[in-house]
Amino acid sequence: MPEAGNPTDKATQTAYEKLAARHRPTAPAWGNLWRAFVIGGLICTAGQAVISFFEAHGYTPTTAAPPTVVVMIGLGSLFTGMGWYDALVTWGGMGGSLPITGFANSIVAPAMEYKREGPVMGVGAKMFTVAGPVIAYGLAAAFVVGAVRWFLGLAA
Amino acid sequence: MSRGVTRLDRGVYALAGVTVAGAAAVGGAKEGAGPLGPRFDLTIEDDLHGTTSFEAAEASLALQAVDQSLKKSGLARDAVDAVLGGDLLNQLYSTNFSARQHQIPLYGLFSACATFTEAVGLGAMLVAAGGVERALAMAASHHMAAERQFRYPIELGYQRALTASWTATAAGAVMLRPEMGEQASDNLGADRAVEGGVRVTAVTTGRVIDFGGHDPMDMGTAMAPAAADTLERHRSATGREWGDYDQILTGDLGVVGSRILVDLVRDGDRFRDRHEDCGRMLYSPDQDVHNGGSGAGCAAAVFAVWAYPRIQSGELRRVLMVATGALFSPTSYQQGESIPAIAHAVEFECIGRGA
Amino acid sequence: MSTFLWAFLVGGGLCTLAQVVVDRTPLLPAHVMVLFVVAGAAAGGLGVYEPLVKLAGAGASIPLPGFGYTMVEGIGKAVRHEGFLGLLTGSLSAASAGIKAVVLFGLAASLAFHPRS
Repeated sequence: MPEAGNPTDKATQTAYEKLAARHRPTAPAWGNLWRAFVIGGLICTAGQAVISFFEAHGYTPTTAAPPTVVVMIGLGSLFTGMGWYDALVTWGGMGGSLPITGFANSIVAPAMEYKREGPVMGVGAKMFTVAGPVIAYGLAAAFVVGAVRWFLGLAA
Repeated sequence: MSRGVTRLDRGVYALAGVTVAGAAAVGGAKEGAGPLGPRFDLTIEDDLHGTTSFEAAEASLALQAVDQSLKKSGLARDAVDAVLGGDLLNQLYSTNFSARQHQIPLYGLFSACATFTEAVGLGAMLVAAGGVERALAMAASHHMAAERQFRYPIELGYQRALTASWTATAAGAVMLRPEMGEQASDNLGADRAVEGGVRVTAVTTGRVIDFGGHDPMDMGTAMAPAAADTLERHRSATGREWGDYDQILTGDLGVVGSRILVDLVRDGDRFRDRHEDCGRMLYSPDQDVHNGGSGAGCAAAVFAVWAYPRIQSGELRRVLMVATGALFSPTSYQQGESIPAIAHAVEFECIGRGA
Repeated sequence: MSTFLWAFLVGGGLCTLAQVVVDRTPLLPAHVMVLFVVAGAAAGGLGVYEPLVKLAGAGASIPLPGFGYTMVEGIGKAVRHEGFLGLLTGSLSAASAGIKAVVLFGLAASLAFHPRS
């Protein structure tokens, strides 16, 4: 056993990490990947079905996008409320988290959870724990990209 | 037997005249369905346990563990000098809020999942030193409350790493008191025979050890060096070898941490024969807990329902219990700090029976 | 029919890519969600995301990169009408249906549902 100093020096840490790594189960990488593929694929196929529904009712591919997003967010919220969405993500990983339904899950889950802390500092503030950064950096990135395109005259 | 504390080394003490008069544990539904489930004094079916928040439910569990151990020791709340204990929630929520109910003088302690052995060790030293006649050591945790504080909201989907532990919904409490005999004038305790008792014989206070583990989803790796350090200090100061123990019980290292620990301790092969880990005992492999159970209540419950009865019956004559705690918080983790860990050891012996 | 197949393949593919990042790096799912929104915005700016949406429909618009792409497209449209101010109004207008829906559903769910184990 190496002598402990605190914090332990880098060499000891590296040696220990090597020792510990031998005892860790290796991640079931392939299993995670195909499950993410299947769940993500199925959610997007469902989304495509919603788009087709709106297109069959007079929407164009462009105008069908916003109502489709709303329907998918509604479904993600409902599944979260029923307690099913976390099981879906446990199985499908990012296949459940990356679609917009997972974005809905990231808002609805804390909104349900932090009721006890009150409607303002609980529900109102905590619902953006994950979604807040997504919206903030999405807006910032879109601003930067949009500004660059505008200056380059690409947007005109 | 006269009471006393003898310093063996820095942080290592031999105790005389302290016994465990009773131990009790309360668990959640998942724990109740595990291998130790039938031995719990009470199990709750509902995670909220009739309260309106998971934190309040944990406080209720803690209170029930205290009351159950009082009942088993044949004592009333007002006969106890002090409760020593802790939990994982901010500002010791459940320990403090259960103490608001039981009104026993309180020492709130925090060593994360090592809180139980810290409480037993410190309580036993207080009793051995004299003055404190009855001390109750407890620890509690609640899976949902811990998830809320340390990780994510319950319904937010995420995948648990294979090395991640499952915070147990459990609380355990043990009553510490002087060995009978010279306490015969104490009418509250004179009815208990010395035979079949459990004596606390030595205590080692842990140091905070940090080998650079960064992953809160892998606390076994972060805590194993602390367990190894405390084990080695205890062993060398008391002059024992692993073979002198019928059981060495670590807390919450789980599958991964236990395997690492065998590599870290001196004479690992012999150590492995005597070693078991609370985190591996609380759940069965098909309960999907990955690395095993954790949480302050895990070690407390496993001691109360598994180890204590075995020492009492003489099946295990000497047991070294080393609970381990990862001393990180969401703040320290988000600021990029590695995970410091601590392990406290308490040595128990069976009194008299079959000697 | 082929749009459905492409939706499945592209949507599944994006999620698999995200899973690789989660499994192989120290990043948490929340980090990866942010990363993919930003990547979607960048891909939208480079003009590579639009063909993907045309090909795969919901397979490209439903995963979070589609959210970033939508915001960039919104800016593009807005600056044509409003000039500089469009840089500030465009992305939120484009994403407004989604954001408002998710907030309303979140508030409604907090009244209607309780977390369970």
